[in-house]
Amino acid sequence: MKSFAALFNAIDQSTKTTVKVAALADYFQTAPETDRIWTIAIFSGRRPKRAVTTTRLREWGAEVAGIPLWLFEESYPIVGDLAETIALVLPPPASDTDHGLSHWINLLRSLSDVDEDARKTEVLSAWDSLDTTQRFLFNKLLTGGFRIGISQKLMTRALARATGRGEAEMAHRLMGDWDPASTTWEQLIEAEDPTSDASRPYPFYLAYGLDAAAETLGEPEEWQAEWKWDGIRGQLILRDGAHYVWSRGEELMTHRFPELARALDFIPDGTVLDGELLVWSSDGLQSFNALQKRIGRKTVPKKLLSEAPVILYAYDLLEWQGDDIRQKPLAKRRATLCDLCDNLPSDTPVKLSPSVAFDSWEALAAIRATARDASAEGLMLKRLDSPYLTGRKKGDWWKWKLDPLTIDAVMIYAQSGHGRRANLFTDFTFAVWKGNELIPFTKAYSGLTDDEFRRITAWVKKNTRERFGPVRSVTPEHVFEIAFEGIQASPRHKSGVALRFPRMSRWRHDKPINEANSLDDLNDMLNTFG
Amino acid sequence: MSALTFTPSGIYCPAGDFYIDPWRPVPRALITHGHADHARGGMGAYLATDLAAPVMRHRLGDIPLETVSYGEVRQIGGASVSFHPAGHVPGSAQIRVEVAGEVWVASGDYKVVDDGLSTPFEPVTCHHFITESTFGLPVFRWQDQREIAAQINAWWAGCAAAGKTAFLGCYALGKAQRLLTLLDPEIGQILTHTAIENTNAVMRAQGIDLPTTVLAGPDLVPKDHPGALVLAPPSALDSAWARKFGPNETAFASGWMALRGIRRRRSGDRGFVISDHPDWSGLLEAIKATGAENIYVTHGYTDIFARYLSESGWNAQVVPTEFGGDEAEDAA
Repeated sequence: MKSFAALFNAIDQSTKTTVKVAALADYFQTAPETDRIWTIAIFSGRRPKRAVTTTRLREWGAEVAGIPLWLFEESYPIVGDLAETIALVLPPPASDTDHGLSHWINLLRSLSDVDEDARKTEVLSAWDSLDTTQRFLFNKLLTGGFRIGISQKLMTRALARATGRGEAEMAHRLMGDWDPASTTWEQLIEAEDPTSDASRPYPFYLAYGLDAAAETLGEPEEWQAEWKWDGIRGQLILRDGAHYVWSRGEELMTHRFPELARALDFIPDGTVLDGELLVWSSDGLQSFNALQKRIGRKTVPKKLLSEAPVILYAYDLLEWQGDDIRQKPLAKRRATLCDLCDNLPSDTPVKLSPSVAFDSWEALAAIRATARDASAEGLMLKRLDSPYLTGRKKGDWWKWKLDPLTIDAVMIYAQSGHGRRANLFTDFTFAVWKGNELIPFTKAYSGLTDDEFRRITAWVKKNTRERFGPVRSVTPEHVFEIAFEGIQASPRHKSGVALRFPRMSRWRHDKPINEANSLDDLNDMLNTFG
Repeated sequence: MSALTFTPSGIYCPAGDFYIDPWRPVPRALITHGHADHARGGMGAYLATDLAAPVMRHRLGDIPLETVSYGEVRQIGGASVSFHPAGHVPGSAQIRVEVAGEVWVASGDYKVVDDGLSTPFEPVTCHHFITESTFGLPVFRWQDQREIAAQINAWWAGCAAAGKTAFLGCYALGKAQRLLTLLDPEIGQILTHTAIENTNAVMRAQGIDLPTTVLAGPDLVPKDHPGALVLAPPSALDSAWARKFGPNETAFASGWMALRGIRRRRSGDRGFVISDHPDWSGLLEAIKATGAENIYVTHGYTDIFARYLSESGWNAQVVPTEFGGDEAEDAA
């Protein structure tokens, strides 16, 4: 695993994309083919089944390190990564081996077939023959969740460079439901027909947030506006008489949304739609809160299916009559999509996400301001002559979201972060006034600069009132503006509300704590926006 | 009454009426070493080792400073006091205080491995030992500094071969000079940021042997120094000064680089794990060597480390201090 560890180090240690791409491209040209396949699989979130529970790994790690389990457990959140914590506490290895990545993966795969004692023996002997970086990687493979800053874009660029093929083609080839254990390099990267797998989705086109005035985009008539929905982005594939639903995170969600199967009755084979999964009940489109009941459910009880039925609100057509039409301009794709949707019976679980008519940017800005009334987060702006691109690209598609809601709140608890924020206080609890009492209503972790985190950390250390394990209560002294995307009633919380995507948008040095907002203000927001 | 007590101004000796590394102005301060969280301005009188004195004068100006040698015993009121090598940076000391047969040692910052530059750490037998815990978690385990030196030199040589300037971020007092002694001058010239060169000059003047360095001042022409390594404080790595060197790679040298998350937060190209504080086993080794039964844990992972010590049979407690600020983090 030394060459894989060297690849990992090259990628992990550099902040420069060019260096990362070069290291990956080199690896894709020199490593054994099975190692390449597993590398692609791992870096795109496909991993062997977890054969050992993290509880056992913690116990074994503490045991081998000769430390009490509680000490391991205290160290883990500070390091922020279980695989790394184990790699660091273990004593240096007794031997030095160099097996390829596939060897270790095959070992991990074989662990499912043996009893726990045998698993322990294998894991401990692996630990004792790998250096710290290789141990970390081995543990990562063992525990899953291999997020190490390799975007799909970076990997497809490296593959394109290594093979001399196009990036978009590479991105498409890597999509879908392929199994690294049975897929060869030839099949995945070099075979002539990339659509041989009927379930394979197209790479999603992602938009950036609009960071300038809409007027800078040019003439309004060159653009299409749509509501930006607050649901789950999804791709519905109808091929070979079957249907597949993919999330943007490349998760196959077909069985979570069984109602979409009915699309097969009305929409012809050889169709791929891009849209938003949303709850649509008898009185129309429902808010994200309704969809939340469906998120994370692998099976759906009948009752929930009738209470919160999901549709695909389609806004783009990627494949039609078996042809990939992504290169056609949006206006053409949209026209075909409109024809298709116009002819669907009203109970089809696919509907057209309507475009929003406008004749000036000024008029559109006024429409955007009403997005919350339309249960939308804002608008999407798409250039009418644009093809459907791969990944996040600037220029043709923009998100034009509403400004977030904000409230001024007092910091009352602080907790240190983990991972890259290990020795800083970064996780805070905020409160609003109810009479003379401060009522906690949200936590927030992000939004401050590194410098601000350092300053607040120094302050927390000197102003701690009480400690509750890792949490410290601090003197109420600092007011922060909390920005959030939505608010809903929540009986589980003392404040009675729960916020969506809360973050610290500003440190209000100018505000004394008695000028922070009150619970009444929050309840007003709940009544208006909840 | 105890020989040493913990007060809002710092560690206090009632019998001798002095403080050790106080963080508020007091009439009389004994100072373990010159880092800013231990040696502060405004004290009525200072006592420190002769080896620590030049840096303290450089940083704090014309202060009323008296010096002692390592091992020399001073009687201050009812306390007998001596300074012993702490191995943290040149001149750093543990302060031994004995009152009526009760012995305390305030160790300031220390490290147990010999860095080849500082007078090596000497364990001092005592009843009560005050220890830092900057890296008081079992995940911290230092490699031999020769190993780290090889890593740094290999990185530097790689940068030089690629036509890039190697920027190594480190703390100006102690870490910088330790790194200087580890760098291989065969690879190229060593350039230094003003903050580091000032400290170098102070140390050279007191007879500490450091390799040749070139001050990277405003008149320096970077292209005249191909393949150079630049030592600079971390804050200077992302400055106009650094950018004029053209293509470069940046690295940090600190114990914190052991954690991948922190390495990534610093967003340099490399992180080298080298610290002037003890790692987990270094802390335990130092504590055992004192023979002390009572351990006072200050700055660092205090709660966790004290709990471990208590479970392992020591009488350990956490003592809040104001040691360990931003500067200390860089210095670690």
